[in-house]
Parts: sequence; C-alpha cells; structure tokens
Amino acid sequence: MYSILKAEKLNENIYLMIVKAPRVAKHCLPGQFLIVKLDEKGERIPLTICDYDREQGTVTIVFQPVGASTEAMTALQTGDSFMDVVGPLGNPSELITGDLEETRKKKILFVAGGVGTAPVYPQVKWLHEHGVDADVIVGAKTKDLIILEKEMEAVAGNLYITTDDGSYGRSGMVTKVIEDLVAEGKQYDVCVSIGPMIMMKFCCLTTKKFDIPTIVSMNPIMVDGTGMCGACRLSVGDEIKFACVDGPEFDGHLIDFDEAMKRQQMYKTEEGRALLRLREGKTHHGGCGNCGGDN
Amino acid sequence: MDMMKRVPITEQDAKVRATNFDEVCLGYTEEEAVEEAGRCLNCKNPMCVSGCPVSINIPAFIEQVKNRNFEKAYEIISESSALPAVCGRVCPQESQCEGKCVRGVKGEAVAIGKLERFVADWASAHGVKPQPAKEKKGKKVAVIGSGPAGLTCAGDLARIGYDVTIFEALHEAGGVLVYGIPEFRLPKEKVVAKEVENVKSLGVTIEKNVIIGKSITIDELMEEEGFEAVFIGSGAGLPRFMGIPGENANGVFSANEYLTRNNLMKAFKHYETPIHAGQKVVVVGGGNVAMDAARTALRLGADVHIVYRRSEAELPARVEEVHHAKEEGVVFNLLTNPTEILVNEEGWVKGIRVIKMELGEPDASGRRRPVEIPGSEYEIEADTVIMSLGTSPNPLITSTTEGLEANKKKCIVADEANGQTSKAGVFAGGDAVTGAATVILAMGAGKAAAKGIHAYLSEK
Ligand SMILES: Cc1cc2nc3c(=O)[nH]c(=O)nc-3n(C[C@H](O)[C@H](O)[C@H](O)COP(=O)(O)OP(=O)(O)OC[C@H]3O[C@@H](n4cnc5c(N)ncnc54)[C@H](O)[C@@H]3O)c2cc1C
Ligand SMILES: Cc1cc2nc3c(=O)[nH]c(=O)nc-3n(C[C@H](O)[C@H](O)[C@H](O)COP(=O)(O)OP(=O)(O)OC[C@H]3O[C@@H](n4cnc5c(N)ncnc54)[C@H](O)[C@@H]3O)c2cc1C
Ligand code: SF4
Ligand code: SF4
Ligand code: FES
Repeated sequence: MYSILKAEKLNENIYLMIVKAPRVAKHCLPGQFLIVKLDEKGERIPLTICDYDREQGTVTIVFQPVGASTEAMTALQTGDSFMDVVGPLGNPSELITGDLEETRKKKILFVAGGVGTAPVYPQVKWLHEHGVDADVIVGAKTKDLIILEKEMEAVAGNLYITTDDGSYGRSGMVTKVIEDLVAEGKQYDVCVSIGPMIMMKFCCLTTKKFDIPTIVSMNPIMVDGTGMCGACRLSVGDEIKFACVDGPEFDGHLIDFDEAMKRQQMYKTEEGRALLRLREGKTHHGGCGNCGGDN
Repeated sequence: MDMMKRVPITEQDAKVRATNFDEVCLGYTEEEAVEEAGRCLNCKNPMCVSGCPVSINIPAFIEQVKNRNFEKAYEIISESSALPAVCGRVCPQESQCEGKCVRGVKGEAVAIGKLERFVADWASAHGVKPQPAKEKKGKKVAVIGSGPAGLTCAGDLARIGYDVTIFEALHEAGGVLVYGIPEFRLPKEKVVAKEVENVKSLGVTIEKNVIIGKSITIDELMEEEGFEAVFIGSGAGLPRFMGIPGENANGVFSANEYLTRNNLMKAFKHYETPIHAGQKVVVVGGGNVAMDAARTALRLGADVHIVYRRSEAELPARVEEVHHAKEEGVVFNLLTNPTEILVNEEGWVKGIRVIKMELGEPDASGRRRPVEIPGSEYEIEADTVIMSLGTSPNPLITSTTEGLEANKKKCIVADEANGQTSKAGVFAGGDAVTGAATVILAMGAGKAAAKGIHAYLSEK
C-alpha cells in the first residue's frame, strides 16, 4: 500500500496528492511519470511526477478527473492509500539529461495548458536550480483554473499567464501569447509544450511557423507503461514509437497529432458507460439506448 | 478397454465453453488417472523422459499413480519440476514427452501431461506443499521477474537456504502465466496463485511494482541493497508489429494488449479496465498467443478469423489449442498474409486486405517459406485486428546494466548450463535469454541458474 500523505483540491477541477513511494522518489527526474492503481479492480492510471522529495520518499501528483477512474480518485483523502504505485516510468526530460552547458546557452520557452502546468513545474524548477531561467506561458480556460501560480513565479524567468475568456492575465489561447511574444521581439531556441493534445497540436503548428524546435509530452492511453502492450504507440515521423518507453517526450513537429487524438478516444463509449455507472450508481437505467440498459 | 487409445478426458462442451472463461479441460478423475497410468509400459529405456526438457522421471511417477500413491508421485515430479500444475496444462506435450512415448508408435501416446496435471491438482487439493529450508545461508539473492523462470529459480534457491527477493514490474506475480495465458487454459486462482503461494511459503519475498532499470538498477541492488547474486528472468514481453498501413488505427491491438486487458486487468470480470471486444475480429499469427487471443475474442462474443501465412502443419501453437479453437468456431484463413488494414473516416478498422501465399523453399528455420501469389489479394471485413507476431526481450535491463552482454535480438547472453552472464554474479534464463519460448524451458533455465548461483555463492 502507498499512503497518501496529503490530498488537496487545487480548484474545482484539479487535485494534488503527495504519495509515499520511496523507490519512485529515490530515482525519478522531471519528465518522468508513474502509474497508480486504486484498488484490486482499478485501472492503471499514468500520471506525471510533478515534484518529489527524496528524503521523505514522497512524490507529488496533480490530476484532473476525466473518466471513471480519475473521478474515483477524487474521493481519496489524506490518510487513504493506493494499492499500487509504480515508477518512475519513461525518460527524464531532454533538457535535464542533456549537456548543462549547452542548455544554459539556450533561450527556453515552456507552454503549459491547464493541468499540464503541473508537469511543467518540476522542469522549470530543476532548470532554475541549475541556473537556467526559462520563460513560461500558462494558459487556462478561466481564472479559477490557473494552478501553481505562486510556485511557478518563484522559478520562472518571465511568467505569462493567459485565460481563454480574459478573466485573468492576458487574454486568449497560449498560441496567441507565443505569437505576441515573438512579435515583441523575443527569440527562443526551444519550446516545451505540455497540456491537452489539442493544445500541443496547435502550439506545434505555431512554433513551426517560427522555426522553434518543440518538445511535447504525450499522454496516450496506456496499460502497463513498460513497453509490453503497445497501446501507447504513436506515429513520430515515419516511425512507430511507444510513448511509455521511448517517450513520453517527443519532437512535436514530427508527431501525428490527429492520429494520436483519435487513439485517445478509443474507449470513449466503454468508459462513458463506466463513468455513468459510477456517477449515477444503480439509478442509471440506460435511457440513452447506448448501453443496452444492462446496468 | 482398447490399450491403443488413451482414456478420454472430460472437457466442457465446445458450444458452452465458447461463451465462458471456465477451464476447458476438466482433468482426469482418480479412476481415469489410474486407468490411464495402466497404459504405461514402464519402459527400461524410457523415450518419454528424453523428450522432457527437465527430464521428469515419467515412468516412476506414473507407476505411483497406478498404485494410487499420489503423494509419492508428486514427490517424484517435484524433484525435477516446480510447476507441474502449469506444465501439465500448457506444455507442448505432442512435441516433447508424449511425442517420444513408444505407445505413440502404433496407437496413442500415454497422456503424460494430463497425468502430471492430475497429480499436481491432487497434491494441491490435499494441501501437499514443498518444504522450506531448515538452515539459512544468510545470503541475499535478487530475482527479477516472477514468471516461470523467476519463480522456479527463487523456489530452488530458497529451498537451499538463500534469502530470496523477487522484484516484479507488474502489480501481480506470475509473468505470462497471469497476463498472457487465459483463464480457460490456466485458472489463475486455482493454479497460478497457488504456485506463487508455494514459492512464498518457502520464504521468498515478492516485491511488486518494481521495475529493474527504472525503479532501481542491478548495480544498485548489488552495491546498495546487499544482494550477492542476481537472476534475470524478465521474459520477452515487447510486442512486434508488421509495419503495414493502417496498423495504428483504432481497433488494432497487439495480442499482449488484448490479453493483458482481459487476463491481468480482468476485463471479462468487469474490472475497471475496458476492452474493445469487437464483433468481427481478425487475429494475425499462428502461435499459442494467437490461439489465446482468438479464443478470448470468441468468448467475448465475436466472430473470429485467424490469418496465418503458412499452412496448418506449420502452426506453431500446441495441437490441442488449434483443435479446441476449431471446435469452438474460430475460422482459419491459412496461407494468407495481411498487406493493409483498412480504416474508415473516424479512424477505426473496417477490414483487412490479405494476399494468398504458397509454400516455397525451406528457410533458415527449416520451414518452407511462404511466398505471395500475385493478384490473389482479397478483403476480410473486420472491426478489430489483433497482431500476434511474436515478442522480443525488453531492452530496459540490458541498457541500464554496465557490462551485461546482449545479442543482436536483444536477448541476454547466458551460459545454458548455469545461467552465468557476462557480468559477475549476474545470471539469466527463460525468454529473456532465448526469446519467446515455453514455460518448461523457462522453468528449466531457472533451475539451472539456481544451481549456478549456488555454486557461485558457495565459492565466493
Ligand atoms: C505519460 C502520461 C502522463 C499523464 N499525466 C497526467 C497528469 O499529470 N495529470 C492528469 O490529470 N492526467 C495525466 N495523464 C492523463 C491521465 O492518465 C488520464 O486522464 C487518465 O488515465 C484517465 O483515466 P480515466 O479512467 O479517469 O478516464 P478514461 O475513462 O480513460 O477517459 C475518459 C475520457 O477522457 C479522455 N482522455 C483519456 N486520457 C486523456 C488525456 N490524457 N487527456 C485528455 N483526455 C483524456 C478519453 O478519451 C475519454 O473520452 C497522463 C497520461 C499519460 C499517458
Ligand atoms: C499468450 C501466451 C500463451 C502462451 N502459451 C504457452 C503454452 O501454451 N505453453 C508454453 O509452454 N508456453 C506458452 N507461452 C510461452 C511462455 O508463457 C513463456 O515462454 C514463459 O512464460 C517465459 O517465462 P519467463 O519466466 O522467462 O518470462 P515471463 O513469463 O515473461 O515473466 C517475466 C516477468 O518479468 C517481469 N519483468 C520484466 N521486466 C522486468 C523488469 N525490468 N523489472 C522487474 N520485472 C520485470 C514481467 O513483468 C514478467 O512478470 C505462451 C506465451 C504467451 C504470451
Ligand atoms: S514437464 Fe512438460 S514435457 Fe516434461 S513430462 Fe511434464 S508435460 Fe511432459
Ligand atoms: S515411453 Fe511411454 S510407455 Fe514408455 S515409460 Fe514413457 S510414458 Fe510409459
Ligand atoms: S503502455 Fe503498454 S507499451 Fe506503452
């Protein structure tokens, strides 16, 4: 069992947890992820490692409920535990494993969308601790959905916050901020974009215009996370890659995002039913005609 | 009774079992086992033993079955095999022990596998357990992977008195026995979990959710955690794809994914992990894995076709599985090879284009090479395609362990006799060394490595 030392609701839609997992905490680096499993019948849910404390043997995860399993996770409280936690999985971020001297010479732009702010944070923090101050754009639909603002401010070079509805910071999508920054004369050697696939796709289209090499962190459907099933496969250029072992970070300009987004929807109907079952319990009698009314 | 024929075994009716996940073969009753044992000629020079990769003393254990001395029979098997309940069910007996049995020359071979299974099930039902070591050696050995190779190696070392910890990447122990081979061939609670419990009762610790190479490296195990020797039994779990157009479409799975969702994650029991069962399923491949995927899809309610590029004689699967698959209604498209997966506008599979093949000259494996017949392409309608083209070892361990040699196929190089690798104190065996093979070979390699480790640590 892996106990939850802290469970906190960051805003209406995003949750943070600190989990005891000494083997993961000892070896993880920014860019890597772990897999949690709630109980015996649970799914294996991949989540980015958003922070870690090697001495305490803890890791921090930040998540957003999107389906039945992540929804069920929202009920967990401080003192509860996960049945299984495994990691660290995937490869650490290139900026962190690469030559530090080279990295120091680079102008780096991070683009975070929604819950993607959480996985961006440890990278920016690591770079800051190693003398590299990166610019960061954080985007969200509306003011209430901005997370980790203070933490990010402490480690970022310049922090640009934007909301789709203009309720806070700049107004408009993250892609607009990229355009504006470039128009203001900013130059970047590399961009790291993490967030929903659709955001990463448009972010890549924008950076391509300006010839800024862009790294994205892919979050396809996974099962084992160790290279065993191929569920997480992506087309990268003309190669097929497994996100869990070859990634999760890839050259965003080579990713076939349309295919990846379709693959992410693969279990939409099955999962939709599971979510309805969970939310409505026994009262769900399948009035929609989609589930055969068997629950 | 006709001594040329084996005592028939009871199986679930094909129509009934095609709709459930209960075990197909129900096993011999005591009377049937004793009767079948009576067919063994107790040969002076038993050919059957030479066909068994771990040389079980077959005539001796069968003799004990004949005399209704089942506990003694179990002891005899246990001298050579740690997993008789598994091997009795899944060994390719027709090409091993039973393939060599003299009874098979004129009539049917003695049902060695079924008798072995009977003895193992009897022992389990009667609480017969392997005995833990009396004396401890006070030395720690790490075993990576809890498949047949790892379980066997760990069990043998614990019996000698070593302090053994198995590290398993997944959340459940058993390797392919839990994530690959389906319930209807190898019951998880009744057989696999029991075997794992047996190993634990010898004093072995199993630490799950540890990926060697990620959570910790072999060097750290040896330098920081005090393990004096390491056995790598990490299997060959990396699935292969064909590289044909459409392979990333929704509805195309590796057999590993399909089977893992169903077996390890228990989709068929309505655990949380979903499975896309499919209604018209095409399985590509002809090995045990393909048969398992096909018969799983069938049980989830699909019409199933197997597409295999050679002919029936070359099917690598166990004969019994092919036979069962046919009985249950799986359709075989032999001498046929996929060229493209057809995809609809939403990105889902709608069919598969295949081409007919004929057998040409023998290739390196000695099997006749399939060659395309020009112009013979046709389409099969499908909403799901399961690729079962074989697997290779995961490079995670070899790429993170200094001085551990692997060959071109990513298999770890190890001495067959004692499992020794190119790195001192590190041993390996099973699919990680041979590439995808069989349970019994993995088990045999685990045994050999246990001996090798014991010899190494005794000298150290
Ligand atoms: C390497 C990796 C790192 C990840 N890191 C994080 C993280 O730090 N925080 C976090 O909240 N999530 C993260 N995710 C996504 C998270 O794993 C999924 O949201 C979760 O598995 C969904 O499980 P579920 O059963 O609740 O939803 P499901 O029932 O599986 O899905 C419900 C619906 O959401 C869609 N969906 C599935 N996955 C995603 C996704 N990744 N993004 C958007 N929609 C999706 C599905 O298509 C489906 O329609 C990560 C995924 C990967 C692969
Ligand atoms: C679907 C299917 C059907 C089969 N049917 C038959 C059959 O009928 N008869 C037969 O004889 N054989 C059959 N086989 C083959 C047989 O199962 C394998 O040859 C055998 O299981 C190999 O045993 P192993 O111990 O070497 O590896 P595995 O059983 O693969 O076990 C390896 C274990 O190591 C773990 N592991 C891997 N990497 C790491 C790591 N880095 N850190 C920690 N743990 C790790 C894995 O999670 C796994 O649990 C079948 C295989 C499959 C897939
Ligand atoms: S272990 Fe396999 S090959 Fe050996 S006797 Fe048993 S069934 Fe036959
Ligand atoms: S070869 Fe056949 S008949 Fe002879 S001992 Fe072996 S099982 Fe019995
Ligand atoms: S999640 Fe199974 S191979 Fe990547």
